[in-house]
Amino acid sequence: MKYIEPHGHMVSRTTDDYQKIALAGCEALCEPAFWAGYDRSSPQGFYDYYRQLTEYEPQRAAKFGIEHYAWLCINPKEAEDAGFAREVMQIIPEFLDKPNVLGIGEIGLNKNSKNELNIFEEHVELAQKHDLPVLIHTPHLEDKLKGTRLILDSLKNSKIEPSRVVIDHVEEHTIEAVLDAGYWAGMTLYPQSKCSAARAVDMIEIYGKEQVWMNSACDWGISDPLAVMKCALEMKQRKYFEDCIKQVIYDNPKSFLVKWSNFK
Amino acid sequence: MNASKKDIQDLYFMDNRFRLLDIAAFLDRMDRHEGEADFRHEAFLNALEAMQNPSPGLSRTQAVHHAFSDHSREPLETASIQFANGAVNPDS
Repeated sequence: MKYIEPHGHMVSRTTDDYQKIALAGCEALCEPAFWAGYDRSSPQGFYDYYRQLTEYEPQRAAKFGIEHYAWLCINPKEAEDAGFAREVMQIIPEFLDKPNVLGIGEIGLNKNSKNELNIFEEHVELAQKHDLPVLIHTPHLEDKLKGTRLILDSLKNSKIEPSRVVIDHVEEHTIEAVLDAGYWAGMTLYPQSKCSAARAVDMIEIYGKEQVWMNSACDWGISDPLAVMKCALEMKQRKYFEDCIKQVIYDNPKSFLVKWSNFK
Repeated sequence: MNASKKDIQDLYFMDNRFRLLDIAAFLDRMDRHEGEADFRHEAFLNALEAMQNPSPGLSRTQAVHHAFSDHSREPLETASIQFANGAVNPDS
């Protein structure tokens, strides 16, 4: 079955992983800008990273027949130094016309600080200025509930159209508020944190399959690039029909991305 | 959704029996070892209690999330750390 990986950090993965996801049916992969596991020392470091996301990774993916797309931003973990973050943000517009750039992301919050929130809001303004969709990272673990509430309050004040925003890494205590406000919800399938395949299917059962997608968010941590298709198998084991599975792993992300970005 | 309760048991009972024993063994391990547990241990025990007796309006899963979550509403003045602990540290 074909699928779209809406969130994968392939700069951290081996070429073998491209081969594996291609064999599993991946037609397109979207890569948000994120933290490298360490703080970059200069805006030039981000410039090189954006070149990697917009020039090199599309070529690596294309060797396996996979379309590669990117979201650009400075991630919330490196947003605590607001002056530095603003220097990096000045670079971003130079890359927004690249053919594989979808929008601004993954922006959001990490520890729910004032500086993180300010930089988040400035990213949302940047997206609105350039008429781009937004992909939002919600904080980890004990910080997720508070961070999601702060993000929802901020977005409400921004007047951005909810249907062009994906709020990612939702879990059982945050998904309802996200969907009720009209945003898209991303469920991240991780082996040890965030959401398991079984729980993702539970959330689809409870909250429905509209405006949701699933992703592996595979990166340099413990993560699984095949997580989306393993969740598809979980749905099949729970007796979901193929058209329903396809809606969640292919049709939903495609409909959002085609509507709001240059995704083909 | 066409799976029955029996189907769900067939799919998940053995796996979750295994996980439950792992949780019990983790708590036994904490009891057995020396030293003082930090805030995470109490949070874990509270989450187990919340799972068994969720507050009205919350599912068991939501109750566990809420037990581990920071319920404050105002943004922090500064982010002094970059990582999450899994439970709220009352000293931070």
